[in-house]
Amino acid sequence: MFDRRIVSSFDWTILILTLIISSVGIVFIYSAMHGVASDSLKKLYIKQIIWVSYGLACLLIVLLFDYRHLAKFSYLIYFFLLILLAFVLLFGKKVSGAQRWLTIGNFTFQVSEMAKIILIITLAKYFEGGKLIGDYKLKNFIIPGILTTIPFILIVKQPDLGTSMVLLFILFVMILIVETHPKTLLLIIGTSILILPLSWFFLKDYQKERLLTLIDPNIDPLGSGYHILQSRIAIGSGGFWGKGLMAGTQSRLHFLPEQHTDFIFSVLAEEMGFAGSCVLLILYLLFFIKALDLISKVRDRFGMLLGLGIISTLFFYVVFNLGMTIGLFPVVGIPLPLVSYGGSSIVSTYIAIGIILNIGMRRSFIE
Amino acid sequence: MKFESYNPLLIEHLKRKITFFLFVIIISFGVLILRIWHLQILQKDVLQTLSENNRTKKVLQSDYRGKIFDTNNRVIVDIRSSFNLYITPENANDIKGIYKIISQRLSMDEKEFHQTVKTAPSYKDILIERDLSREDVAFIEEHKIDLPGIFFKVEPLRNYREDNLAAHILGYVGEISKTQLAAAKNSGYQQGDYIGQYGLEKIYENTLRGKKGSKEIEVDASGRELKILHQVFPKQGQNLVLTIDVEIQKIVEKLLLGKEGAVAVLDPNSGAILAMSSSPSFDPNLFAGKFSKTAWNALSYDKLHPLQNRAIQGQYAPGSVYKIITAAAGLGEGMVDEKFTTVCKGKFKLGNRNYRCWRKGGHGEVNLHKAMVQSCDVFFYELGYRLGIDALARYAYGFGFGQKAGFELPGEKKGLVPSKNWKIENRNEPWYPGETISASIGQSYNLATPLQMANLINAVANGGTLWKPFVLKKIITNDGTVIKKISPQILKKLPVSEEHLNIIRKALSGVVVEKRGTGYRARIPGITVSGKTGTSQVIQLKSDEEEEEKEEIPYEFRDHAWFVAFAPSENPQIAVSVIIEHGGHGGSASAPVAREIIKKYFQLYPLKNV
Repeated sequence: MFDRRIVSSFDWTILILTLIISSVGIVFIYSAMHGVASDSLKKLYIKQIIWVSYGLACLLIVLLFDYRHLAKFSYLIYFFLLILLAFVLLFGKKVSGAQRWLTIGNFTFQVSEMAKIILIITLAKYFEGGKLIGDYKLKNFIIPGILTTIPFILIVKQPDLGTSMVLLFILFVMILIVETHPKTLLLIIGTSILILPLSWFFLKDYQKERLLTLIDPNIDPLGSGYHILQSRIAIGSGGFWGKGLMAGTQSRLHFLPEQHTDFIFSVLAEEMGFAGSCVLLILYLLFFIKALDLISKVRDRFGMLLGLGIISTLFFYVVFNLGMTIGLFPVVGIPLPLVSYGGSSIVSTYIAIGIILNIGMRRSFIE
Repeated sequence: MKFESYNPLLIEHLKRKITFFLFVIIISFGVLILRIWHLQILQKDVLQTLSENNRTKKVLQSDYRGKIFDTNNRVIVDIRSSFNLYITPENANDIKGIYKIISQRLSMDEKEFHQTVKTAPSYKDILIERDLSREDVAFIEEHKIDLPGIFFKVEPLRNYREDNLAAHILGYVGEISKTQLAAAKNSGYQQGDYIGQYGLEKIYENTLRGKKGSKEIEVDASGRELKILHQVFPKQGQNLVLTIDVEIQKIVEKLLLGKEGAVAVLDPNSGAILAMSSSPSFDPNLFAGKFSKTAWNALSYDKLHPLQNRAIQGQYAPGSVYKIITAAAGLGEGMVDEKFTTVCKGKFKLGNRNYRCWRKGGHGEVNLHKAMVQSCDVFFYELGYRLGIDALARYAYGFGFGQKAGFELPGEKKGLVPSKNWKIENRNEPWYPGETISASIGQSYNLATPLQMANLINAVANGGTLWKPFVLKKIITNDGTVIKKISPQILKKLPVSEEHLNIIRKALSGVVVEKRGTGYRARIPGITVSGKTGTSQVIQLKSDEEEEEKEEIPYEFRDHAWFVAFAPSENPQIAVSVIIEHGGHGGSASAPVAREIIKKYFQLYPLKNV
């Protein structure tokens, strides 16, 4: 199964970048939690190392199988996902008011994390063939729309607004990538822009507050504006060189909320300053450029769509998370891929990167 | 394996999309970098300050106010520690429950309590009650588990050791008012601070006030104090040493207890105030600590005005004490000499009106000496009439009347020296000769404060020097270093020659010593006392009314009793003025008070060559 050509076209740069960014994450989880009283929280970085190891293992397993099998079984996998999502809604484990976790044995995981990759696979499969005669019209998007809406609703119900928005984003990216007729594209973008303000009325109060405090965190500095304000203070007070590793007062004294998960970048920016922030951003940028470069060499449409879907989702996560910590986007629970603490996020990111590597690795195998 | 999805045309299309996608990624990262640059480079200073404010909490520690000592370095005022009850609303989850518990012991208004807790920022420590008793502290400590957010701070509190002693001079401290706070911007005062509100406490606020200490503490997001980053210890203010002698002040206040009146005791050799008191008085401790509004109202609405310092603010007709001035004017203007005599038949007739002498039967043939000793009114009616009001006014002014003595404490009254001009200017009426008659025995429009009276007798005692009375002797630091020493200041010399002053002094000695002297009640075995009685008329008695009937007059219309004295007569060391409101005659009501004061003084400072 492992052809020499496959091994020789394996992209080591992407894997190394992945591991470097993961290490940065581990260092700053350590830094963020070293001042905490609880011992189990202090040792969170060790757990993260374990999660990265799991991720790496999953990545290797993903490499073993030809990704094109995913295309074959895509609808089956999709169906299986729907069943799992429904199951989570009915029997899932509640964590802070949201039903997101499924426990199998002593292993808990977030099904919605899988939903993203599975939706990308399913949509990539749908658009795989392309349309040789003309472009995609609106009617061609009815099936992808339904495919997206069902898991979207199931995840909204959990409720997990962050992930469900990612599903919509995935659909939108696919529409952008494939040969959509310009008029259809304009129509879709136009309606989205019109619908977007209306969604305000479907938002819960706390979600509205988060949007409002994005504009001015000072309207509720101790309430919903607190996260944004404290994150801004942490990042800004870092200055050019930062306060030094483990010397960030904002994180050490717990002014930063979610300092080891969603706001891990604020810890880095406070302690390493502008210089450190730039280094991390450059690492991500290199990763994305490298991944896009790899995908552009692929001559299989399913692989390209799958790869682009994954890259854009990762990109969405990185930009949205960073934008959230620096006050450009509202606070929704979106982790920073590879850096934030969290088993599901790490493992699914590694699986996603595994798929990208898989696609790139087997590109020359295609006749 | 065969896959359908290989189509070069469609692949090419996707490759173009990838280029576009790459572009989007680079632009997005550019925007992110720009924003991070904006925060970390441009807004760095602002956000760094916010971060510092976040992590540090500055706690101010009350300063230690300087002490006040008496002339012999005995502590009159110092500070003691008090337990003050605070609440931090964000730590107190059940405000109502807390109120229920603490109101069992402390009386406080429920609405007010909730209001103060609600309106203050939740992270701040709010003062609920000052100076709790040991029992209250014990009670709250016992219920500590049910009182989250409630805690004590041990803070210094002003302590007036002798309660009412010299209250009008010492004054009091009280919580700084909003207007005071606004006026004292940038001088470090904060809401809830104590500030001198009256008396020396107010005048020497900046001297007595210490420097606050501060603690900069690192706190975490939940407000827990982690470590002290920087500490400045509070500093004590400077101490005041007064000219007051606590022992004399005590006897003065004991003598005035239950009476309305004032006493001023001066040192003839410097003008230093050895004691000064106004009665009724108050306890300055009430203003510091938990001072309830009711207690304040009780004091400020009291009919007897305990907050008024009668010694410098009470203005009374000087009565017969004024005869010293009339005599000095008579001698000075050459109207009389020692040998001059006139006959007192009990009344002095001017026009168709009779001005009575206090002694119905008259004094017979009187010279200046006898007129002073027995306080014959007719002699001075005649003398005053011949001098005229303006000459009297000139001398009265020379004796320190009609002007402030220049005492440190504010609110001092000038008294009143009537003259022809004054009458025209203030009453829009000409001066009537009849008014000169009563003015020459210190009635009519004449007014003087007890301090002015003390200053007058003090000058007569020391041979003619009118000192500026003062109560602050020196300012010292805690280790005894003298910061400032106050030296006596001469206001002026009496407009009297030494020869004339000796005639007057001899007469004043006679007032106490001689058989018919009005001030015989001031006699002390072994000590020569000189003095002068006086009666300050509250209402102008009709000329034919009987003086002896005074006891039947309602209390509030009874005359005020004056007595001024000094001792020993030859080499005076103490000068006293006493006024007892509605006391009747000076000889009976006030002379014994002066006697006890002088007696006490010589018990404390015995004469060497006796």
